[in-house]
Amino acid sequence: MLEVRGLVAGYGGVPILRGVSLDVAPGAVYAVLGANGVGKTTLNRAISGLIPVSGGTITFEGERIDGLKPPAIVERGLIHVPEGRKIFPNMSVRENLELGSYRRAKPRRSANLEKVFATFPRLREREMQFAGTRSGGEQQMLAIGRGLMAEPKLLILDEPSLGLSPLLVEELFVLIARIAAEGLAVMLVEQNVVQSLELAAEASVLANGTVVLSGPAAELSRDPDLEKTYLGM
Amino acid sequence: MLKLDIFLSALANGLLTGAVYALIALGLTLIYGVLHIINFAHGATLTLAMFAVFVMHSAFKIDPYIAIFMLTPLFFGVGYLLQRLVINPASHGDDSNILLVTLGLSIIFENGLLAIFRSDTRSIDVPYGFDVIEVGNLFLSTPKVIAFVAAFAVAAALWLLLARTDTGKAIRAVAKEKTGAALCGMDVEHIYAVTFGLGTACLAIAACLLMPTFLVNPRIGNAFVLVAFTIVVLGGMGSIGGALAGGLIIGVVESLSGLYFGESLGQIGIFLIFLIVLLFRPTGLFGAKA
Repeated sequence: MLEVRGLVAGYGGVPILRGVSLDVAPGAVYAVLGANGVGKTTLNRAISGLIPVSGGTITFEGERIDGLKPPAIVERGLIHVPEGRKIFPNMSVRENLELGSYRRAKPRRSANLEKVFATFPRLREREMQFAGTRSGGEQQMLAIGRGLMAEPKLLILDEPSLGLSPLLVEELFVLIARIAAEGLAVMLVEQNVVQSLELAAEASVLANGTVVLSGPAAELSRDPDLEKTYLGM
Repeated sequence: MLKLDIFLSALANGLLTGAVYALIALGLTLIYGVLHIINFAHGATLTLAMFAVFVMHSAFKIDPYIAIFMLTPLFFGVGYLLQRLVINPASHGDDSNILLVTLGLSIIFENGLLAIFRSDTRSIDVPYGFDVIEVGNLFLSTPKVIAFVAAFAVAAALWLLLARTDTGKAIRAVAKEKTGAALCGMDVEHIYAVTFGLGTACLAIAACLLMPTFLVNPRIGNAFVLVAFTIVVLGGMGSIGGALAGGLIIGVVESLSGLYFGESLGQIGIFLIFLIVLLFRPTGLFGAKA
């Protein structure tokens, strides 16, 4: 459903990604793993149109999306829940969720709001509170909930576990598994290798701006090279 | 008793004038709150709008209150296009460039008007220009009362827009979190331009409300915008309620210090209050604590 071929992208003429290729299949979790600074977030930003692509192609559901602006990519159902959550701190939890359907699925806003509240009951309790005052875990749930409001076909989650306590990470991964079990394709971009591989059907490992390992998650988790590559040795 | 009447009348006049100040400050604070830029072209744009009212009245006999319904959409469009086609492309995402670009625009507007209209001061003559409404012992200028009511109506409409509509929510979202907004599918540049358009449209309304009782020359906008800047800082940068309250306070302070220190020193009071607020509440009366 998402094919990335030879993707080159970076900031100010300095390439961070140097020819990344991967294939995300529908209806499953695809994990993109890698240590800090290997280009995971750059990959997400390039896919969702936040930064320009200087080489290679990105195809979503058979159509080229590289070169499109974020609103056009959102419109197609590719929703990116960014690292650092990027929720609207000055607005209520409810307003944040409502804006998730700004571009897509607006007619079904209230039904989807109920669905998100059913998935994340804690968000319903905080409905009218300012998003910026919520805890890290609640903000992460809000960010994912906001993404779900657009009825994504593919949901990219960038480092959802970042900055959360181990207990909350556990809870979050259970929720992600539940969302994926409903048939939604999820591209999970994480540093958290063990838990991500448990969830994923397939995975890639990034290092130095390229994919160094990829394959079925079960095989990767047994691969002796994984640890070595991951640690950049 | 006479003294009290004079005081009350100065107070009322201050409130009436303050509402129009608030309207001008509203545009400024909206643009600042969302785009995080100080629009130096605000004063010149107000002058432009006042001349537009003047021309419509003297050449086409269009009443300023009718002109509101033509100039507001027109100036919304002008603001939208200015941001989209001039300010945004010319600034290359650098805030200090934006300052220079808006400053440059103000010079172009001012001198353009100077070239066309010369530096003469002009006014329009409307039949209701000197009408008054009697409230107890007070005589309130009818056009100023209309301006007061209209300014509050505009502020209420703006508040409703920001609180209730998707576009308004998008404006508030973009103000704080551009990346998050883009990833929700908001076209950030479009939202910026809409905001700039709204700020500019406020000026068109202010111009229509001012012209029945005021005069216009190519530099008149600066006098208002200096006051509007004070209001924006006083009320808290980016706060709509703050702009409204700040406008009324400044209007009253100006009017009362005019009464007690003499008309030409009326603005001293404004800047005294301004300094006191900056000393004791630097985020403004309604601004969020940093």
